[in-house]
Amino acid sequence: VKFRNADKSRKLKGIPVSPGIIIGKARLVDRSKVKLYYQYLIRDEQVSKEADRFREALNITREQIISLKSRMQDQIQSHAFILDAQLMILNDSMLSEATVNTIIHEKINAEWALQKSVQTIRQLFDEIDDDYIRERAQDVEDVAERIMRNLAGEDQASLSEISERVIIVAHELSPMDTSEMNIGKVMGFITDVGGRTSHTAIMAKALKIPAVVGLEAVTRQVKDGELLVVDGNTGEVVINPDDEAIILFQERQIRHERYESAIARTSHLPAETVDGRRISIKANIEFLEEVVTAKDYGAEGIGLYRTEFLYLRSKGVPNEEELFEDYREVAEIIAPDPITIRTLDLGGDKFSSDLELNQGMNPALGLRAIRFCLREPQIFKSQLRAIFRASAYGRIRLMFPMISGLQEVLDTKMILDQVKDELDKENLPYDPDVQIGVMIEVPSAVAVSDLLARHVDFFSLGTNDLIQYSLAIDRINEHVAFMYQPFHPAIIRMLRQAVQAAREAGIEIALCGEMAGDPLCVFILLGLGIEELSMNAGSIPIIKQLIRCISMEDAKRHLQNILELSTAQSVREYLIEKMKALSPDLEAAGLYE
Amino acid sequence: MELKKTLTINNELGLHARAAAKIVELVGRYDSSLFLKKDDQEVDGSSILSILTLACPKGTDIQARAVGEDSQDLIEAVNLLFERRFGEKR
Repeated sequence: VKFRNADKSRKLKGIPVSPGIIIGKARLVDRSKVKLYYQYLIRDEQVSKEADRFREALNITREQIISLKSRMQDQIQSHAFILDAQLMILNDSMLSEATVNTIIHEKINAEWALQKSVQTIRQLFDEIDDDYIRERAQDVEDVAERIMRNLAGEDQASLSEISERVIIVAHELSPMDTSEMNIGKVMGFITDVGGRTSHTAIMAKALKIPAVVGLEAVTRQVKDGELLVVDGNTGEVVINPDDEAIILFQERQIRHERYESAIARTSHLPAETVDGRRISIKANIEFLEEVVTAKDYGAEGIGLYRTEFLYLRSKGVPNEEELFEDYREVAEIIAPDPITIRTLDLGGDKFSSDLELNQGMNPALGLRAIRFCLREPQIFKSQLRAIFRASAYGRIRLMFPMISGLQEVLDTKMILDQVKDELDKENLPYDPDVQIGVMIEVPSAVAVSDLLARHVDFFSLGTNDLIQYSLAIDRINEHVAFMYQPFHPAIIRMLRQAVQAAREAGIEIALCGEMAGDPLCVFILLGLGIEELSMNAGSIPIIKQLIRCISMEDAKRHLQNILELSTAQSVREYLIEKMKALSPDLEAAGLYE
Repeated sequence: MELKKTLTINNELGLHARAAAKIVELVGRYDSSLFLKKDDQEVDGSSILSILTLACPKGTDIQARAVGEDSQDLIEAVNLLFERRFGEKR
C-alpha cells in the first residue's frame, strides 16, 4: 500500500502516558462546546410552542442518555452511575419545570430560560460548604449542554458509531466521551491537552491501549481518516508517515510486543540477582486505578503514591473523609504488600483561590511540598489524619517530600504526634508502627543524610528533583534541558553518600525516581546496594528481567569503574557497552537509544 | 393522608449523590409525595438537586413528610432506606 508523499509527513512529540505502538487511521473528535446561544423575547402566542420545543429537546436528550447507557461497554460500568445521575438531573423539576415556567412567565426563548435555571442551581450549590456536592453542579452543566445541543438541532458527533479500528484524535476526552465510545474499536488516543493525570491517561492505561497527550494542536493538524503512527513509549506521533517511517515503527512495534510478551511471562517472579540478592520492585502510582495494573506487571507493593491528584481535582482542599476513602482503598487493594504514601508535593499556587500565595519566578524553589504543609498545618494535618486512619486497613508507610534539613523532620514529627493524640482521643484506629521516611531530593539533604537517618525509618531517593537541583537545571527551559544527566558523576557520588548514611544508621533505602526504571541505570543502583526500586509499572518486567541476569559482584565492580570516570558521557558509553553485552534483546527492543 | 417521621443520616458519606439518587428512585415508585426538611429548609424528595442542596453530613436529623394515598408505605420504605445507610457499608 502506498500512502501519500513523504513531504506531507509530519512528526510531533507529546507526553507518552500509556505504552505501546500503533499504526492506524485517525478519527477526529471535534466536540467544541456550544457556547453561543441567542437570547430573545418571544410573543404571547409563541409561548406554548417554545415550551414544546424545550420539552422535545428534553425527550431527545433523555433518549440519548438511555441509549448511551445501554451501549455501555463492560470495562466502564463504573460510569453507569454518572449517566443515571444525569437522567435524574434531566428529569429534576429544578431544571425541567423551572425552565418551562421561565419560558411561560418571562416570555424568553428556551436556551435563555435553561441558562437561567442552570445559574440558579449553580448559585444554590455554590453556597454549600461541601466540595463534593458543590462539584455536582458540573453534572448539571453537562446535562444542560446536551440539552442545549439538541435545542440548537446540532448533530452530535457520536463516538459510538465507530465501526472500524481507529485512533481517536481529540482536544481532550471527558468521561462522557469515553463512556460513549465503542471501546473495542479504539486503538489509542492522542490529544491536544492533558498530562499524566488526565482522564485520557487513566482510561488508556486501564484499557491498556497506547496514548500520547499534550500534543498542543494535533486536532488542527490531523484530518479525519489520515494515517497515524503513535508511539506511546516515546511520545512520538507521525501524521501521514512515509513508507520508511511505517516500516521503522512496524519493526519497533514487533520488537516491543515480542519483548513485552517474553518478559511478561516472568514478571510475577521475584527480582533476584544471579548470586541471590533479592531486590524489592515496586510501582509509582498516581491514582487508585493504577494499582491493578501495577500488580499485573509484577509490582511487590507501591513505593510511591503521589497524592496530588485529589487536591488538583477539587476546587478547594479535599476533605479528610475523601482522602481517607482513597488511601484506605489503595492500601486494601495492594495488601498484604506495603504502600508508601508521599504527602502533598504541591505549591501554594494550586490553592490560590483559598490562600493568597504568589507563585514567584521559580516555583520549584518556592513555597511547596513540606514547606507549604508546615506553613498550612490545617491542610497538612487533615492529610496526615487521613493517612493514619487508612493505616488500620493495610501496610502504609509515610514519606515526606522536599526535606532540606533536620528541622523540617523534627517539626513534621511534632505535628505527627499531635495527630496521633487526636486520633487516640477520638478512638479512631490506626497502625502505631507506621514507618516514617523522607525523600532525598534536595542536595542539602544528601549533605546531612547522616543526621536525617537517625530520625527516620527509611530514605527514598527522588532522583528527578535531585538531578534538577544539584545540576541547577530548569527542566522546562529548553536551552538547558540537555544538561539533565542522571549519569553526571556528581549525582552518582551523592547517591553513594546517601546510601552510606542509611546503611550506617541501619535504615532502609529505596529509589523512586525515573532512574529506577531506566535499564541503563541497573548496574549503578545494584552496585550502590539500593534495596528497593520503585518505578512506573510498565518498566517493572524489564528491570526484573535485567536484575536476574546480573550478579552483585559484577554490579559492584562496574560501579567502582564508573566512579573513576569523569564525565556523564563517558559513564553513559560505559553502561551502553556493558548493557549490549548483557542483553542484546534490550537494544533490539529499542528501549534505549 | 399525611405522615411525618424524623430520620437520621447514618452513613459515613452523608446525603451525597448516590444516596440522594436512591431516595428519588424510591419516591418514583409511590403515588405519594415526599418532602424532606432540615432546619427550616424543606425540599421535594423527587428532586435530586433539591436534596443535595440540603447538604446533610452524617448524623443530621431530617424531618420526612409523606403526603398521599400510600404515604404509610412510602414513609416506611424511606425509613428502611435510611436505616440501611442507603446500602452503603459504613
